[in-house]
Amino acid sequence: MGVLENKFNDNIVVGSLDKFLSWSRSTSPWFFQFGLACCAIEMMATAAARHDLERIGMMPRSSPRQADVMIVAGTVTMKMALRVKKLYEQMANPKYVISMGSCATSGGPYWQHGYHVLKGVDLVVPVDVYVPGCPPRPEALIEGLLKLQQLISDERPLTRKLA
Amino acid sequence: MNHSEIQSLIEEKFPNSLIANENLQGNQLEIDGQFWKDIATFLKNDPKLLFDQLECITGIDTGDDGPLQSRYNLHSMELRHKIEVIISLDRDNPTVESIEQIWRIGDWFERETYDMFGIVYEGHRDLRRILCPDDWEGWPLRKDYELQETYHGIMVPKVKEEEGWE
Repeated sequence: MGVLENKFNDNIVVGSLDKFLSWSRSTSPWFFQFGLACCAIEMMATAAARHDLERIGMMPRSSPRQADVMIVAGTVTMKMALRVKKLYEQMANPKYVISMGSCATSGGPYWQHGYHVLKGVDLVVPVDVYVPGCPPRPEALIEGLLKLQQLISDERPLTRKLA
Repeated sequence: MNHSEIQSLIEEKFPNSLIANENLQGNQLEIDGQFWKDIATFLKNDPKLLFDQLECITGIDTGDDGPLQSRYNLHSMELRHKIEVIISLDRDNPTVESIEQIWRIGDWFERETYDMFGIVYEGHRDLRRILCPDDWEGWPLRKDYELQETYHGIMVPKVKEEEGWE
């Protein structure tokens, strides 16, 4: 939205337009497929026929330029952490991050002795929704995504900024 | 060909190259590092030995003041016998001759052992880290390894709870 962001006072026209905008954003957040470890298998299963993410408007993209949501699915090593940050910076605004599984959230089983694993992807990029599990079942990921859609539809891009 | 026959063949060809060690088991034998490249060529090409397959290169840190070890698992497809060659290396200056050009698989094996233990394989044509980032500090699988505090400004060890992380 760039130049229009937070530039208006709330009234009946702008308010309705605002709601429409956030509704349309929330119903088609395309995600950046980001398989780093075994969580990727569950993410693929979520996007495939049985759980069918496209029924809630989500669709995997392979380029950060075309994606709104980054699902960090798996163990983020220190080597990968720099790349994750770079990919996040390449995404266009508005952008959201889901930390999927315990590895991405806190380092998981590598918490204590894993010299090479990033202790939570939130050290590198801001995270909107954490999905617990090792790995989370597709239902859990879908719940996280619905939470994210709720978060997006609560935003009012033209009139106020949600922190 | 059984283990003692292999041992005596090597002893015959390279006198004083074998090092006596009572802790060796089964098909292991410890050799002096300075003969390694010649012995490796011999092991691969001698018609009675024909070790055509290098299965693995392992690094071992024997702890405290003990040496680092580079171990090679060799197997002969042709003659169906195998040995494990052990070379002990000085902890402060661990160097050993590279066998990367004898068994080509040794290329990545040696890079991995270099990455984890800092054992330098002299004569390797592309000795870089293979798993850790190129600018990583230290050798992770050594017993005296100390983790670096930050990597490109990112916190590495777990300090979240200890420092009142929000």
